Amino acid sequence: MTVQTEPFVVNLGPQHPSTHGVFRLRLTLDGEKIIDADMVMGYLHRSMEKLAEERTYTQNIPFTDRTDYLAAMTGNLAYVIAVEKLCGIEPPERAQWLRTIMCELQRIASHCMAVGIFANDCGAWQTPVMHMLRDREKVLDLFEMACGARLTLNYMRIGGVSRDVPPEFMPAARKLIKELPKKLNEYEDLLLENEIIVERSRGIGVLTPEQAMAHSVSGPMLRASGVAWDIRKADPYAAYDKVDFDIAVGVHGDVYDRFVVRLAEMRQSVKILEQALDLIPEGASADSDRATDRPARGAAGHPAAGRRGVWAYRITPGRAGVLPRERR
Amino acid sequence: MTRTIAGLDIAHRIEQKIPGAVEGAIPEAATVKADKLAEVCTFLRDDPELKLEFLSSLTAVDQLEYFEVVYHLTSIRLNQMTAIKVKASDRENPRVPSVTPIWPGANLQEREAYDLMGIVFEGHPDLRRVFLWDGFDGWPLRKDYLVGPGGRFPGLERFPGESREPLGGRG
Repeated sequence: MTVQTEPFVVNLGPQHPSTHGVFRLRLTLDGEKIIDADMVMGYLHRSMEKLAEERTYTQNIPFTDRTDYLAAMTGNLAYVIAVEKLCGIEPPERAQWLRTIMCELQRIASHCMAVGIFANDCGAWQTPVMHMLRDREKVLDLFEMACGARLTLNYMRIGGVSRDVPPEFMPAARKLIKELPKKLNEYEDLLLENEIIVERSRGIGVLTPEQAMAHSVSGPMLRASGVAWDIRKADPYAAYDKVDFDIAVGVHGDVYDRFVVRLAEMRQSVKILEQALDLIPEGASADSDRATDRPARGAAGHPAAGRRGVWAYRITPGRAGVLPRERR
Repeated sequence: MTRTIAGLDIAHRIEQKIPGAVEGAIPEAATVKADKLAEVCTFLRDDPELKLEFLSSLTAVDQLEYFEVVYHLTSIRLNQMTAIKVKASDRENPRVPSVTPIWPGANLQEREAYDLMGIVFEGHPDLRRVFLWDGFDGWPLRKDYLVGPGGRFPGLERFPGESREPLGGRG
């Protein structure tokens, strides 16, 4: 007997525990298969571009925390690099290394969240995510030492960082990266061959390398499709050109590979941090004479490797030279 | 290090292949004529020396006299990048051809530029507002959109004695 089915529409969200934010999907289902999805966004659109028009370059840094509040350091960095490029400011060596350390710590914290919540959504209810939140907390403790905040950090400055790290930061960071590989082994034992995770994610949502590039997919998703392209290697910023690390790539481009790539990237972050903590020089953490707003012309932007992919700000100064806004 | 192809260089290459397609060039970007955009973009994507197969970003800038759509293009295989621009001069009805058929990744970004800046991308498969709801009045990222519906002003008052009169936009 054949069963007659017909497609029907279901709204997922905007308030739904697995959308992780206010986001709605209009799904067209055929039985249990999703045959079409239309996204409805903007429930939390905060219009940062419009807000930024009225502010000076430094005043905009806190907004960049909030573009991705799980990766505030990277957001800060992408923005200040763009302003530095526009104004021709070169931060001192120590600031570059501090930026690298902070961004890699941020990547670990953020990937912990991504992998943990992914396991949670697959049905591994709470246990893996609690393990990962535990380790993410330790990274947030380090951020708190450095800048007093845990989530919206506002740490980077144009020309450097807001302040040097306290003396107890380096030993604490060393202790953390010594512990982390053991923790990563634990995650891998727990999740990599877990049947529910494998069944639910292998072969799902496959993106071929060509599709991924055509759709402007970057970051761990692009690498999971087998394209070894990482902006930290391709176009190094901060101190990434002075550290040695590998690009984690997937093979099949499915959800499972994206999850494995994120786990592998955390190991590479540990590798970068080990080198960075040894190589960081003493010295000033900001170019304090020049870390100010200065008028500039032209337009600039520089990509940085966010945890979700390439992250870049494009800044177009107004023709008055100061504010990108018309004043009469 | 990603090689940046300068605006003048990319303008020269486009002009050689498609004569009359370039409108101007600055060091950062080449400006392309709107009616030749699809042809130019296909060339940039497929040329073996350029291979700009990855659209990093598509955004729009309000330059008051005209709108500018900026395309940042990257070649992953050759590790190089460049930027091109297109002008839309008609403030009442700015129109630019869509590049979604060339780079499918432009789909949402063009919808965003339409939503916030009011630029119509001709040939876009599904041009709807993306962040704001259908029927929202006005295009909020335009520079003349300083007074929101209901008389609210974006941002804080920063300059003493600053006039809060509407600057000729919608009120």
